Amino acid sequence: MIINQISVFIENKEGRLAELLEILAGNNIDIRALSIADTADFGILRLIVNDPERAMNALEKEGVTVSKTQVIGVKLNDAPGALAHVLNVLSRHHISVEYTYAFITHSKNEACVILRVEDNDKAINILNQNGIELLRHIN
Amino acid sequence: MYWNQEIETMPRESIVNLQGERLAACIRRVYDNVKPYREKMIAAGVTPEDIKTVEDLRKLPFTYKQDLRDNYPFGLFATPLDDVVRIHASSGTTGKQTVVGYTQNDLNIWDELMARTLTAAGGSRKSVIHVAYGYGLFTGGLGAHGGAQRIGAATVPVSVGNTKRQIQIMLDFGSSLLCCTPSYALHLAEAIEEAGIDKSALKLKSGCFGAEPWTGEMRSEIEARLNIKAFDIYGLSEVMGPGVSFECSAQSGLHISEDHFIAEIINPDTGEPLPYGESGELVFTCITKEALPLIRYRTRDVSSLIATPCACGRTHVRMTKPAGRTDDMLIIRGVNVFPSQIESVLLNFGDVAPHYIIIVDRVDNLDTLEVQVEMSPAFFSDEVRKIEELESNIRREIESVLGLAARIRLVEPKSIERSEGKAKRVIDKRKLI
Repeated sequence: MIINQISVFIENKEGRLAELLEILAGNNIDIRALSIADTADFGILRLIVNDPERAMNALEKEGVTVSKTQVIGVKLNDAPGALAHVLNVLSRHHISVEYTYAFITHSKNEACVILRVEDNDKAINILNQNGIELLRHIN
Repeated sequence: MYWNQEIETMPRESIVNLQGERLAACIRRVYDNVKPYREKMIAAGVTPEDIKTVEDLRKLPFTYKQDLRDNYPFGLFATPLDDVVRIHASSGTTGKQTVVGYTQNDLNIWDELMARTLTAAGGSRKSVIHVAYGYGLFTGGLGAHGGAQRIGAATVPVSVGNTKRQIQIMLDFGSSLLCCTPSYALHLAEAIEEAGIDKSALKLKSGCFGAEPWTGEMRSEIEARLNIKAFDIYGLSEVMGPGVSFECSAQSGLHISEDHFIAEIINPDTGEPLPYGESGELVFTCITKEALPLIRYRTRDVSSLIATPCACGRTHVRMTKPAGRTDDMLIIRGVNVFPSQIESVLLNFGDVAPHYIIIVDRVDNLDTLEVQVEMSPAFFSDEVRKIEELESNIRREIESVLGLAARIRLVEPKSIERSEGKAKRVIDKRKLI
């Protein structure tokens, strides 16, 4: 149900993202999904990877500031309005979404969305009650 | 031009005799009225009877900024608060302000010394004196103001900021003598040029610039761009405020008003007094102050003293323009800043102080302050909003402690250079000395 995302602090400097990704590549980490929130001076790189623990260790060893964040993954039909429906359900129950990003999986007609909310358990309950399918794990 | 010719051109021997008399009386008064001083003197084995001439000064223990902090706020005052009519304050090394007080008599002397300063810079009752030092706890504004009124000039208390309005006032009121920080003078010059104002419409003739370090090149630039003569003035609130020493028309060193202060140059490491001409730390004893007569106060400014006769005819000893500090104090936009103040703010945001570096620069003649702070797990969040909140909280705290706006930049761990031994906390790109 709950997916471990790793969040990485990254300064806005030329080549820095490439360097971080090199560290992950060197440790044979596979990235499933990625999003970056950026400001003028820094960004936060958010990653879903095949092995979060190993990825965190590898980055920490290089002195990178990294933290684990628990997020929810939702499976969607790759069709218009699917994400709007999920967000409407959450909004009706006053669950606000801090951020979200989407990715497409290998299976056909299926999209996935990562949701970062304050209260994961509450959100999971509500999504379940509304028949929205959650990602159990990411492979 | 002198404000007080008799005193300002007094023979050196008479000055030294006057200083000796005033010193002896001052030490007696301080011993009787200020407990921390009495205790220091007892610990050093000195009694007021031992202090009869200027030569005896070296027997007395030094006073440090820390003493003001330890006795915050009024513990070193030699008069009851009832006799105090003004209180100013400047930054301390951490947290607490350095507080200074004045009796009415102290203010009269301050006005007199600023009157000497402004007169030496060409001021008179015919002048319109434009005071663009900050008014408030900072001594700059009110100090210059008092002297300007004493000489009978039309005094304009503009204070700092709002450059456009400053220029309008200069044009409309016919300001003839400008008092501000040298960097602000250049900023004004730039703004005047940018606005396309015909400089012949300005009535400025001279300026008294101080409260921050500046170079000879800056002086030439101010003089050329504003078409004025630029005079250096020196002061510190602990000793009095602006007007402790000032430049005359000869512009070769700043005359110290020796009828009120005794200046010494010492070796900052050993405390040994150094002869005239040698460079060391400047130390002041206030021999006439009633409320806060500091004894052998360590200014941390590096300077030297010149006792040879000056072309202007004044006999009071001159000090050279301060050439640095013996501590890590910075002067940013005229405000004294200690790196420890910034460190103590950062400490409030985590269990341990993060690695940080202070970057001071000058852009368009105005000082800029940036604090780079290394990101740590305690500061990090996966949400931009929370990190930005942290940045703005740090910015607000620093601004409230320093009274200066700072730009805060969070940087990656280990990106700030580590140095062997003492951490390097400041990069000053201004090249002022």
